[in-house]
Amino acid sequence: MTAIESTNAHVHDLGMPAGGPDVTTIAGAIDASVAANGEKQTTLKAKDLKTDQEVRWCPGCGDYVILNAVQSFLPSLGIAREDMVIVSGIGCSSRFPYYMNTYGMHSIHGRAPAIATGLAASRPDLSVWVVTGDGDALSIGGNHLIHTLRRNVNLTILLFNNRIYGLTKGQYSPTSEVGKVTKSTPMGSIDAPFNPVSLALGADATFVGRAMDSDRKGLTDVLRQAAEHQGTSLVEIYQNCNIFNDGAFELLKDPATGPMWTIPLVHGEPLVFGPGGASCVVRDDFGGLRIAETNQVDASQIVVHDAHREDPSYAFALSRLSSQDLRYSPMGVFRSVAKPTYDRMMADQLEDAAAQEPADLDALLAGGDSWTVS
Amino acid sequence: MTGTNHGISAPGISSAANGVTPGMHPAVDPDIDAASSSAPGGLVKSVVALDRVVIRLAGDSGDGMQLTGGRFTSETASFGNDLSTLPNFPAEIRAPTGTLPGVSSFQLHFADHDIMTPGDAPDVLVVMNPAALKANLVDLPGGGLLIADSDEFTPRNLAKVGYASNPLEDGSLEKWQLVSVPLTSMTTDALADSGLGKKEAERSKNMFTLGLLSWMYHRPTEGTIRFLERQFRRKPQIAAANIAAFRAGFNYGETTEAFAVSYEVKPAPMAPGKYRHISGNQALSYGLVAAGQRSGLPVFLGAYPITPASDILHELSKHKAYGVRTFQAEDEIAGIGAALGASFGGALGVTTTSGPGVALKAETIGLAVMTELPLLIIDVQRGGPSTGLPTKTEQSDLLQALYGRNGEAPVPVIAPRSPGDCFDATLEAARIALTYRTPVILLSDGYLANGAEPWSIPAADELPDLRTEFATEPNGEDGEFLPYLRDPETLARPWAVPGTAGLQHRIGGLEKADKTGNISYDPANHDFMTRTRQAKVDGIAASIPATEVDDPNGDARVAVIGWGSTYGPIGAACRRIRASGRSIAQVHLRHLNPLPADLGEILARYDRVVCPEMNLGQLAMVLRAKYLVDVHSHTQVRGLPFRAAELAAVFQDVIDGTTGTVATLDTGSDTPAQTGAAL
Repeated sequence: MTAIESTNAHVHDLGMPAGGPDVTTIAGAIDASVAANGEKQTTLKAKDLKTDQEVRWCPGCGDYVILNAVQSFLPSLGIAREDMVIVSGIGCSSRFPYYMNTYGMHSIHGRAPAIATGLAASRPDLSVWVVTGDGDALSIGGNHLIHTLRRNVNLTILLFNNRIYGLTKGQYSPTSEVGKVTKSTPMGSIDAPFNPVSLALGADATFVGRAMDSDRKGLTDVLRQAAEHQGTSLVEIYQNCNIFNDGAFELLKDPATGPMWTIPLVHGEPLVFGPGGASCVVRDDFGGLRIAETNQVDASQIVVHDAHREDPSYAFALSRLSSQDLRYSPMGVFRSVAKPTYDRMMADQLEDAAAQEPADLDALLAGGDSWTVS
Repeated sequence: MTGTNHGISAPGISSAANGVTPGMHPAVDPDIDAASSSAPGGLVKSVVALDRVVIRLAGDSGDGMQLTGGRFTSETASFGNDLSTLPNFPAEIRAPTGTLPGVSSFQLHFADHDIMTPGDAPDVLVVMNPAALKANLVDLPGGGLLIADSDEFTPRNLAKVGYASNPLEDGSLEKWQLVSVPLTSMTTDALADSGLGKKEAERSKNMFTLGLLSWMYHRPTEGTIRFLERQFRRKPQIAAANIAAFRAGFNYGETTEAFAVSYEVKPAPMAPGKYRHISGNQALSYGLVAAGQRSGLPVFLGAYPITPASDILHELSKHKAYGVRTFQAEDEIAGIGAALGASFGGALGVTTTSGPGVALKAETIGLAVMTELPLLIIDVQRGGPSTGLPTKTEQSDLLQALYGRNGEAPVPVIAPRSPGDCFDATLEAARIALTYRTPVILLSDGYLANGAEPWSIPAADELPDLRTEFATEPNGEDGEFLPYLRDPETLARPWAVPGTAGLQHRIGGLEKADKTGNISYDPANHDFMTRTRQAKVDGIAASIPATEVDDPNGDARVAVIGWGSTYGPIGAACRRIRASGRSIAQVHLRHLNPLPADLGEILARYDRVVCPEMNLGQLAMVLRAKYLVDVHSHTQVRGLPFRAAELAAVFQDVIDGTTGTVATLDTGSDTPAQTGAAL
């Protein structure tokens, strides 16, 4: 410990040597790296985002598809890779950061949203992502998830939902269907599952979307909107675990049955789906939504999707159309509304405080009631 | 004092017919000063000089005893006495009125000389109701001055705490100098023209009491009047009522016959400089702000409200202008998680909590150990286990701080010794966290957190330089960035913050390969990394100054070793021992992990080592294990600090047992007449 030898009365001048960026501050370190590397590189290719680490998911895992989709689409955002941070928890999906040439933290079980909140709230200049799974986000980390959503911190949360615990080798998860037979439920699960989209909307999430791992176009479309959203975005990605829960989403993936049970959500478009547009979504008598046969209702009754509705109850009703066996699964963006973000409001309060009363450590330490002994 | 005399008569004033002159001070032989003053009523009042006084104010949780005590402390501090305080309050916010669980008290020791504790026992006890009397009388030595609000000794209130008859009237308090004063009705009388209702006016009785005490002890009153004006600036009627009650209490003291004597405690000699009075939590908060300013880093506090740490969150939330972000998290785990996330981003991450919160944070502390990021974990200890005694003090989290994690997870541990020292200890914790890139646990406690003392205000530019360098360039031979390539001296790894081009890297809780930080399950690597993390923390000892041994006689055969808030009581006890002609050496630890490099050699010099702790012997166990020293552990977990007299008796026994001599302990000048050494 050495005291600064300075006669400078201005307390906050820490007497840094002149010339060159001050690498003891965050901004100084970033400036120094930019000076060394040239301008920030924002035109990337997918390969720029790969690392030298061998990807170690099981062959055939849905996570590969999602990784490829993310690496392919991220460059289109025009963000330098050093400005991206991926924070994950524990589980198969949470190995994701190791395979992305960005900053990353593979943290502990369930806590990624909390860690990412601290990072995003203190560094609004970064693009912060959370990669999590159904067990990580909805079981051990459920509390952090809902509170992150209600605060609207500027984060994008990718929730890989495979409806099973994979890394611990096949126990039921909080999204497993009732009756699921697993290693820990030999007579079938008696837990009612969460619908992650309903849960997020219940927490008043400002952006909620859902996509299928194998649907590159649909996934990329939802991811792009999520990334561009200011605030917390939650994207539920249906992801196949070919080892412990293979075929969990086959009903929706199979070209023969998928169109029958998938409701594509396109803002401004009527909610008509199924082969030949045979099915549609209409309002029920209790303020909710129901499925109808298109030829049995008047066209004016068919709901036109509005992702920007302030009131989350419409998006919630949409999320309740699907049953636990995945029939009538809306896919796309349920809700996308603009609200002030937590990090911005926090930064504003700091700026306001500094404008009202400049920092003066000596004055702070002295307080209002001091006395002098001479 | 410029207040007008409200011409209050003193109805119902009575002094117990016990033969003690009311107003004669109990604690010390008063040097009757020749000075006397003439009060407006023509009374001749004498002024008695005292060298020290311990006052305890006790009342219902809703009576404002903590506020009253705080104001009396401020007055006393600005007068220039040395002081030490002990707030003592229940966990219930408003227990049923007038019941024993609802009693809240505030003890203040002030003196014309340097003191180290809030006092073993009060010389003066002020009780606002029968419950306060019942809960506190046991601590008042015989002959002590007892001031009671007679208005509250109603049959109903007496019955609530099981008094069959009114002790103010039944002669049961003969042993003490009882002055019963109708504080409540005198307050409402004084506020008759204030426009306030009776209930509202009654609430000012604490200010009336403060006024009376301010007169008794010649306290400056301007600060309290300014405080009341500021506190109630949006409610001028309430401000005026409180000020009127305060002045009425002061004037009452001056005019009443119930108090014939007032007391003077001269300012204590202090080193020249600028002083204020400060509580531990306040000093700790300022330490965090200062650490941010001196490191040039933004401070990020992630915290969940918990007694007795919440005041740090409150205080820091006021200092946004200093780049301090405060985040009230959804739980303890999110609090530390967010702080660690902020540290990853280049902030000074901090989390504040108490013992139960540390238990919840353990896994994240382990992640910080593994990721080797700076992080401060502030544990303001309270009585445990489980919810324990939320508002009482204890030192029982030491082993939790040292070892309470899975795996080999070494964490430096620091403990402040006094309220003001919380400031310096925080800066030291920040130095270690930033220099060595490690989580650091700071162990304060409830006594330090809420206790207050005069504090010599440091100059900001003389505080430690905490600047630390971020990595800006690749450090590998092939132009790659190696996030776990260590500084050869400190073994710290580079801190590369997101946004720094070319240094993208991934960290996490899985074991790291040396240098690259990639996931590694290699047996030899895990062994190496485990030992390296330990070596890094052990190596901090090289930056710790030599241990101070306080042994003014230089011939002590017995050493007493303590840590944290026991510094005051241990120090006061050592003074008593030395005043009795014996020698004793005092060692007080600030660094609990790593321990100072010279400690083993120091302890080995003494015939006996005594270790008093407010736990069941946690440091003693560590010292025995590490140094093979036969440490004599003296413990107490009453939720209250040690009494100096008790400790002195323990030390005396050890010394006499060591030397074979037996002598009577001379109580010395720092000792109250009644030591009341009940254990």
